[in-house]
Amino acid sequence: MSTVPISYYLALSGILFGLGVVAFVFKRNIITIFMSIELMLNAVNLAFVAFARALGQLDGLVFVFFVIVVAAAEVAVGLAIVIMLAQNRESLNVERMNLLKF
Amino acid sequence: MLLLNHLWIILALPLAGAAINGLCGKRWPKSAVNGVAIGSVSLAFLAVAELVREYRALAPDHAVIGDYFTWILAGPFRVDFALQVDQLTIVMLLTVSFVGMLIHIYSTGYMAHEGGYYRFFCYLNLFMFFMLTLVMAANLVVMFVGWEGVGLCSYLLIGFWFLKKSAADAGKKAFIVTRIGDLGFTVGILLAFWTFRSVAFGAMFGAATGMQPDTMGHAGALTAICLLLFAGAIGKSAQLPLYVWLPDAMEGPTPVSALIHAATMVTAGVYMVARMNPLFSRAPAAMLVVAIVGAATALYSATIGLMQTDIKKVLAYSTVSQLGYMFLACGVGAYTAGVFHLMTHAFFKGLLFLAAGSVIHAMGGEQDMRKMGGLRKKIPVTYWTMLVATIAIAGFPPFAGFFSKDEILASAYSGPYANRILWAVGLAAAALTSFYMFRLIFLTFFGKPRYDEHKVHVHESPKSMLVPCAILAILSTVGGWFAAPKFWGGADYFKNFLDPVFASAASLAPASTLSEEAAHTLELQLSAVAVLVALAGFLVAWWFYIRKPEAPKRLAQSLHGLYTLILNKYYVDEIYAALIVRPLLWISTNVLWHVVDERVIDGAVNGAADSARGWGGQLRRLQSGNERSYASWVIIGAVGFTVLLLGLLRMGH
Repeated sequence: MSTVPISYYLALSGILFGLGVVAFVFKRNIITIFMSIELMLNAVNLAFVAFARALGQLDGLVFVFFVIVVAAAEVAVGLAIVIMLAQNRESLNVERMNLLKF
Repeated sequence: MLLLNHLWIILALPLAGAAINGLCGKRWPKSAVNGVAIGSVSLAFLAVAELVREYRALAPDHAVIGDYFTWILAGPFRVDFALQVDQLTIVMLLTVSFVGMLIHIYSTGYMAHEGGYYRFFCYLNLFMFFMLTLVMAANLVVMFVGWEGVGLCSYLLIGFWFLKKSAADAGKKAFIVTRIGDLGFTVGILLAFWTFRSVAFGAMFGAATGMQPDTMGHAGALTAICLLLFAGAIGKSAQLPLYVWLPDAMEGPTPVSALIHAATMVTAGVYMVARMNPLFSRAPAAMLVVAIVGAATALYSATIGLMQTDIKKVLAYSTVSQLGYMFLACGVGAYTAGVFHLMTHAFFKGLLFLAAGSVIHAMGGEQDMRKMGGLRKKIPVTYWTMLVATIAIAGFPPFAGFFSKDEILASAYSGPYANRILWAVGLAAAALTSFYMFRLIFLTFFGKPRYDEHKVHVHESPKSMLVPCAILAILSTVGGWFAAPKFWGGADYFKNFLDPVFASAASLAPASTLSEEAAHTLELQLSAVAVLVALAGFLVAWWFYIRKPEAPKRLAQSLHGLYTLILNKYYVDEIYAALIVRPLLWISTNVLWHVVDERVIDGAVNGAADSARGWGGQLRRLQSGNERSYASWVIIGAVGFTVLLLGLLRMGH
């Protein structure tokens, strides 16, 4: 049985991460930005799993579990903030949320 | 043997007095402050007396040393906190502690109505501590501690009435002017260590014994050390050209003038030169400088004393002049005579100041002799004690000053380092001394009252002030007999006692070519000349101020230029102000203050703050509040970091 080379996984991970970054910077809707963060996290997860498999070690998998747990917690907090923003500002456009500055 | 083994007790007593009065005296009644102050000094005097008894019973042939701990240890440089007692120390200890005790007692009467009573006695006790440290020191550094300590107390006590600007200024002047001499003293200590590899007196003098005066290398080092140390003495003992602080120091309370600026502290320079006699006697050039400075000061300040109208200023210039005598004695190798004059001077000049204080007290604070006159009948005890001191300082036999001054003049004329010119100068100063002292007496106590008798109620001082005066008057009368030489019927006791200290100096002195008989005849002739000169001074004063009171005014008019010159003290203060003080002030103001401080130092500090604020003002714009700009910065940073890391990795390969 032939295995897929690790470089394929890493390339996919890089592409997903890049998409996440681009979306993070260019999107204005806060929920979309949220989703791009999740995309970046999962791209990193993919890289971890690929390395764990290639090197035959469990460390990478342990990291992945941590990332998933933290991401879940982040989503819980983040969505709560989004709801509060939606209620108070009646908008989800990040460009209008720039009060906290110099 | 208690005190010989525990020399520190003598120092601890006045220090404890100062500490107790300084810490608790403010809340205590005056009687308690008196008790602590007088008690501690009296105990110190008793301890000194017991020490002398023990020392004489033991009769050691060298100094008794109490070495307490190593104070400074840096490579070969080692300073112990060590005290020592030898014959010279004993003379100084007795003089300082006894006169100090009397003046403490006097002060309780004189300062009775002054504020800051406890503060005064705290300083006075502290002064006693430092003065005793100075005379008991066993090395130059401990001596320097006492030396600076008495300077500090002098500053504090001159400026005791510090709300008066002139008093505060006089204190500062005394401190700063003596500091100029102390620079020489400090360098002298370092040079002494460099030369002898030790600053302990015993080791220094031991090393100096091997050095002959004629060896060039040694002579240079010894002369330099002696001159530098003498620079310190010039400052501390108010000699030309640094005497200017002493007349101003009269701003302090009169007991302070008596104790510090007449009897003890100002004589520290003489003590130091006498202590260093093994070095000075191996540096004849330095001795000549000492003698010239002493004689010049003696004559110079005596001339200023002629015209002063403030009773304390006359005594101040007289003190400067008498200190000049002591240095003249040391400079011509007559250390015994110098130290003896130091002791008798402590008696009669201390008394003169105390009596002057009594006069000022009686006049309700008036110090100008032109506003006194005719006080003889009203304050008889003060008059008689002051008259005794005046006769003593003028040098009439058999009073104390006669023996000491006579001995100095005789040594200047025919001693081992005789110098006839210096003798003549000293003799002239003796005539002037006699004149200005009797002028003081005549102006103050004789003639018609020149004050408003309805306003000033002249009253005799309390017993606490008169008893010390009386004791000092007795000492001024008979004190000279300690040192009376054989042909005056004395036992030459003082000289024999001090001989061990000055033996090394005496062994170097050229032997006298005169036979004993001829020397005695010469000394008698010299005494006769000295007494005649003093008598002449007295007669002129009598003529000017009793017989023809209008004569001084006429003389002043006919010699107008000279009169104004001397009346203004040769304009020395003005010259110093123009040459030194004002240029220094100008540099301080226009260079150090307005340029170095304001531009350079403040500029650096403000510049640092300004640049931080400027950069902060620009950099804070990065914090735009826009989420996407933050994200961009993070990404740029991450990419930049990655590129850097990759580059480094490649370089590593």
